[in-house]
Amino acid sequence: MSHETYLLSRIERGDSHTLAGYEAQGGYAAFKKILSEGTPPKDVTEVVKESGLRGRGGAGFPTGLKWSFMPDQERDSRTRYMAVNADESEPGTCKDRVLMERDPHGLLEGCLIAAWAMSLHGVYIYVRGEYRLSYRRLDEAIQEARAAGLIGKNIQGTDFSCEIHMHKGAGAYICGEETGLMESLEGKRGHPRPKPPFPAGFGLWGQPTTVNNVESIFNVPFILERGADWFKAMGSEKSSGNFLCCISGHVEKPGVYEVALGTPASTILNEYAGGVWHGHNLRAWIPGGSSTGFLRPEVIDTPMDHDSLKEVGSMFGTGSMIILDQTASVVHSALVLMDFYEHESCGQCSQCREGTQWLAQVFQRIHDGQGRMEDIDLLSDISNGMAPGKTICALADAAAIPTHSVIRNFRDELVEYVQAGGHTAVSKKRALPMETV
Amino acid sequence: MVLTDALKAEFTELASHYPERRAALIPALHRCQEELGGWLSPEIIEAMAEWFEMEPVEVFSVASFYPMFFLRPVGKHIVSVCRNISCDLRGSQELLDRVCQVTGAKAGANSEDGRFYVEHVECQGSCANAPMMVVDGIYHGDLCPEKAEQILGGLDR
Repeated sequence: MSHETYLLSRIERGDSHTLAGYEAQGGYAAFKKILSEGTPPKDVTEVVKESGLRGRGGAGFPTGLKWSFMPDQERDSRTRYMAVNADESEPGTCKDRVLMERDPHGLLEGCLIAAWAMSLHGVYIYVRGEYRLSYRRLDEAIQEARAAGLIGKNIQGTDFSCEIHMHKGAGAYICGEETGLMESLEGKRGHPRPKPPFPAGFGLWGQPTTVNNVESIFNVPFILERGADWFKAMGSEKSSGNFLCCISGHVEKPGVYEVALGTPASTILNEYAGGVWHGHNLRAWIPGGSSTGFLRPEVIDTPMDHDSLKEVGSMFGTGSMIILDQTASVVHSALVLMDFYEHESCGQCSQCREGTQWLAQVFQRIHDGQGRMEDIDLLSDISNGMAPGKTICALADAAAIPTHSVIRNFRDELVEYVQAGGHTAVSKKRALPMETV
Repeated sequence: MVLTDALKAEFTELASHYPERRAALIPALHRCQEELGGWLSPEIIEAMAEWFEMEPVEVFSVASFYPMFFLRPVGKHIVSVCRNISCDLRGSQELLDRVCQVTGAKAGANSEDGRFYVEHVECQGSCANAPMMVVDGIYHGDLCPEKAEQILGGLDR
């Protein structure tokens, strides 16, 4: 499991969050080089494209391609923005927080390179309200970088100017959806917008906008400094680079680990996270955050990348694994998730507003031993009425996917609940203290 | 007028970061909640509507969308216990039970003495340190009911 690491390479130093700590480890070199050489912006985007970097926020969309959707500045002179999605809130996911708290300048350098590549006028970093330390560290980093002439007007004496602003959210999962995020940033309820128009044409305040995840942007300075080929050599064929894997639930050593894309999930579970806790057997696992569904132990050797997980009927999502041991109940965990989606549905689309509520009710009924055999088909019918592509955003899909996965992969447990009037194997587990990662 | 001059000066600074003043609304509501008694009273909503040149109902509509804003008075200490999947798998229910028992507050309500407000919340992004809770904005991870009790016991009256 020895492999090159870079994402977490700087955080061992106690001052990794300061400008001094960042520069001592080669920070801002990639941006300064672009600036001093006057690298044509299109070439920067081309390198990012060539690297094969895919968005780390959930959808896995190629970052360079997304950047290239921003209109040509010569033909469209409107103000152009980037919103960095730091509203990390997909259950199971706690990776961007590590980067923002421990290495905020790395994110800022990525923002500056993106600003150069897309001729942006301003960058907004939308941090979820609960992440107080992330906000503070980034805010302090912006002040330091501004004082050092790296942010603001005429950066390093050139005619390139860029402002980076902090923005604090106030809860609400849906604000992690890119158009919900933009509405929220404009001071409104976080209601996703219908697409098209896409953000690159009509984003923040109607101006061209690109919305990128923290970890995606964080990768950019490394790619520019070390080259697209270096990046492509890591990871798997269609998913380049390393990613931050949060692994949580019933494992010995939960944590955030830097892993090459394409690493088998079983390797991450056993070699990084110390295996299923207490020597228990694996009951189920979720590969990429709560919306990616429950998988069976038989597919735990699946490589953690976009294509391989698609093949087993799931998604890479945020790459955050959640592990359930033999004592766990998939029906119970599914109910926890459905309560969550019901709570977080913004209510614009009937399919999602009503559907998430119904799913939660039916799962509750089965969970409480009041389920009927036809409830299994009912879950399926409700999910089919919600997704795919039936609503403004993908929250309905995010509830439908885990539901389908339970029906497909753990039908035996649903049947058992209905027949036995509940789940007898579930024991109340006591929480144990564990190491802080 | 409930808004202090200092707060209004802060709002002006916040608004300077955006092409439209309204974008500062949510950060400004945070500041109100922090400085003006821990919740957004109807008086604060009205005052904010005036400052932002919006209708009070529009400000209320925004405030009511976001779980971090309180529209009713809350206890002196806010205890938020995560109940989502990673925390649930490692005992968040036992944690919440103990928190309720120690504080005398039910989830989603204040304790009778007004000292605590307890709530269960969705994923706080601390899954590798599950189960976790947030007390007055500070994250506490790798908890067990005993450890949670200790943390609550150390809070000022």
